[in-house]
Amino acid sequence: MNEPQQNLWQFMSGESDKLLNQTFQHLGLTFISLFLAVAVGLPLGIFIARKRKLSGSVLAVAGVLQTIPSIALLGFMIPLLGIGAKPAIVALLIYALLPIIRNTYTGIVGISEEVKEAAIAMGMSKMQVLFKVELPLAMPVILAGIRTATVINVGVATLASYIAAGGLGEFIFGGISLNNTNMILAGAIPAALLAIILDAVLAAIQKMNVKKFRKLLYIFPVIFLLLGGFYLLPKAYGSSLTAGFTPEFMGRQDGDLGLKAIYGLKIHTIVISDAVMYQAAYEKELDVISGYSTDGRLKAFNLTILKDDKGIFPPYYAAPIVRVKALRKFPELEGVLNLLAGKITDSIMTDLNYRTDYLHQTPERVAKDFLMGCGLYKSAKGGKKGVIRIGSKIFGEQYILAEMYRMLILGNTDYEVATKTGLGGTKICFDALMNDQIDFYPEYTGTGLLVLLKPDPKMAKKIAHDKDRTYQYVSKQFLQQFNIRWLKPIGFNNSYALMMRQKQSKDLDVNSITTLQQYLDKN
Amino acid sequence: MMIRLEKVSKSFNDTIAVKAVSFEVKEGENLILLGTSGCGKTTTLKMINRLIEPDEGQVVINGKNIAIENPELLRRGIGYVMQNNGLFPHYTVRENIAIIPQLLKWDRKKTLDRTEVLMAKLHLPDEYINMFPYELSGGQQQRVGLARALAADPAILLMDEPFGALDNVTRASIRKEFKALEELKRKTIVMVTHDIQEAFELADRICLMDKGEIVQIGTPKELLYQPASDFVVKFMESERLSLEFKITTLGDLWHHLPEKFSAKATIVRSDLSVWDALNYFRSGVKEIAFSTGKTQEQKSMDIHDLTSAFNRYQTQHQHE
Ligand SMILES: Nc1ncnc2c1ncn2[C@@H]1O[C@H](COP(=O)(O)OP(=O)(O)O)[C@@H](O)[C@H]1O
Ligand SMILES: [Mg+2]
Repeated sequence: MNEPQQNLWQFMSGESDKLLNQTFQHLGLTFISLFLAVAVGLPLGIFIARKRKLSGSVLAVAGVLQTIPSIALLGFMIPLLGIGAKPAIVALLIYALLPIIRNTYTGIVGISEEVKEAAIAMGMSKMQVLFKVELPLAMPVILAGIRTATVINVGVATLASYIAAGGLGEFIFGGISLNNTNMILAGAIPAALLAIILDAVLAAIQKMNVKKFRKLLYIFPVIFLLLGGFYLLPKAYGSSLTAGFTPEFMGRQDGDLGLKAIYGLKIHTIVISDAVMYQAAYEKELDVISGYSTDGRLKAFNLTILKDDKGIFPPYYAAPIVRVKALRKFPELEGVLNLLAGKITDSIMTDLNYRTDYLHQTPERVAKDFLMGCGLYKSAKGGKKGVIRIGSKIFGEQYILAEMYRMLILGNTDYEVATKTGLGGTKICFDALMNDQIDFYPEYTGTGLLVLLKPDPKMAKKIAHDKDRTYQYVSKQFLQQFNIRWLKPIGFNNSYALMMRQKQSKDLDVNSITTLQQYLDKN
Repeated sequence: MMIRLEKVSKSFNDTIAVKAVSFEVKEGENLILLGTSGCGKTTTLKMINRLIEPDEGQVVINGKNIAIENPELLRRGIGYVMQNNGLFPHYTVRENIAIIPQLLKWDRKKTLDRTEVLMAKLHLPDEYINMFPYELSGGQQQRVGLARALAADPAILLMDEPFGALDNVTRASIRKEFKALEELKRKTIVMVTHDIQEAFELADRICLMDKGEIVQIGTPKELLYQPASDFVVKFMESERLSLEFKITTLGDLWHHLPEKFSAKATIVRSDLSVWDALNYFRSGVKEIAFSTGKTQEQKSMDIHDLTSAFNRYQTQHQHE
């Protein structure tokens, strides 16, 4: 399935401008943050080597900072530093800090007392002892720390694309959401190569004769800054408003490409992750974002949807997709899953999402409340007639739907349920279904059409603006191509939508994509 | 250059390491701090170059209280040799020796010349100059450590068990060279050791310490023949005989030697110790001869003559 239409090499040469740019951004992010981490970590390491009583607490703090999940850390940064390079660099700096502080401390503390005493006894000043004895002798250990930090940073820098700081993550995450293997590899291979090459270069320096080192010591910061400089090259901004689009949206015909082609929208665009996009809009870091029409954060952050008056966003009606074999194996399954058909409208779904995403209620509770409300909830029968495996993608709405299906199956049948939620993006979820890792998961018609089937553009155009034709087309094709069935739609349409802050939308009198485009042309 | 300690004390937490120690070292003198491990020798030594600051009392060098001097400038003028050499592992032999000249901003030529001179004097072959310490043997490292301390020709040399980490053979030979080194004759030296033999071989005066205090300070002969307390006697008891051989010279025995002279005898100096004279006989020499300073009268002896003279000399001393 999904045979790449072009090979990796063709993709990479076709996108070589972007690739080069992303690689430089990646290097830039890595090295600016590394430079800063050394500038902060080295003195701090020296300081705690002098005041050893403090070493425990300083290392503990740096250790805790490092365990903060990267996405969460990037998220924390937005209210403080906004989006883009600044928060990304600070986050990378925080990750790089621990190995540098720790190794500086260990390196200096590990120097023999005799040698330090000799240095003092020869009449060296404190600074002379530091620069002529302690730092040179600790340098192999310090370099090992810098090496660790570099490799960490090359890896974490791929996540910088989440908050619009660029880097090879743009290809990687765009590729994952678009089910485009070439795109994933075009980002992942250079990122891996960078890590390997930098690691090898630093390993070689580490092993080098102490003598040659001394001069390198001064060249280092210069190299770091030069490499960091790539990133700081000024970028041209073209419009009065700024849009933040997800990597997925950027690469889609029914996304940024369609906006350009059909609406002629010219807006300064940065790439950002779904996880932080809504908040960034709320914080006025972004003016226009590419969201989902049923996203709970729409309600939480007072955003409003711009009308898609030329109809470029295809319908995304949700429905469970099930392996035909599973339907045969579990005869009662289809009836149970269809209990939910037509029950959830756009506004209900937005509200349910709001309750999980913003009020932080558990998907389980939200699902149960809803089922109780419409009289569908029954307590589990506790049967043992076989295990049905439910999958879901990694966002709230899918968790809620998976929970509802779990409760419905347990309450109405004698089957057991295993949930495999949080299966990343479309590609991961769909592969799990194809490979018999799960029996069904909720999918969206538009995704089925444009991401999984990928019909030629003419065909897509013909079908994609009509909700029923889309559903019929995917139903038929999935059955033929994959032996997978689309059950009845649940009711809501979680399509792409452009959104703005309610207030700004009113102030600028922009309520549709066309009026947005007109506003941009004027300003 | 004269060093004077005045009632110097130092405690670490609850342990009193050094307790009201006073002594003087005269210019060109070689004072040896002797005592068992932990008696406060190192602490005393380190207070002379301010590696340790005394709690009480003061250290005066050439009439100046060192507490008010810049410690770095003070240390650059005092050579310091440590037990495990403390050489910089990332510096070559040449760079190690040049540390203090560099701190004193000597020019390259002068530093290099001095390095080469010192290496020759300390029997370090030229080709070692660009080697790193780990490429050298323990004895060679210790020589480099000594060269480093001597590089800027300091008037004072402090040494903390300088031969302590070496094996017996190397230690004996380095000690002999050390004794013969012209470079050291003019220097004021304070050296720490726990080895009694070493102290008696090298010292002008010995400062015997116990539990942070001075038990006795005096020449080797004074310690041996006029011990200040039972502690001093006990301290030297087990090695007494060889110590006596070491501090007694042929000149001391003049009156106890028979009046005879043989032309076949090997001529030696009158300040040769009995210990070294015995070594001559051990190596196969049958007769040795020497003359006194005043009359130039000569006497020769065999091993029997020597030992009986030594016994008579001892008996006389003990009755004094
Ligand atoms: N830095 C220190 N901290 C605590 N105690 C010390 C320190 N240095 C020396 N001492 C103690 O002071 C005493 C004298 O030590 P030291 O001068 O090194 O003895 P020596 O050199 O004669 O073996 C010992 O009991 C030793 O444990
Ligand atoms: Mg000691």
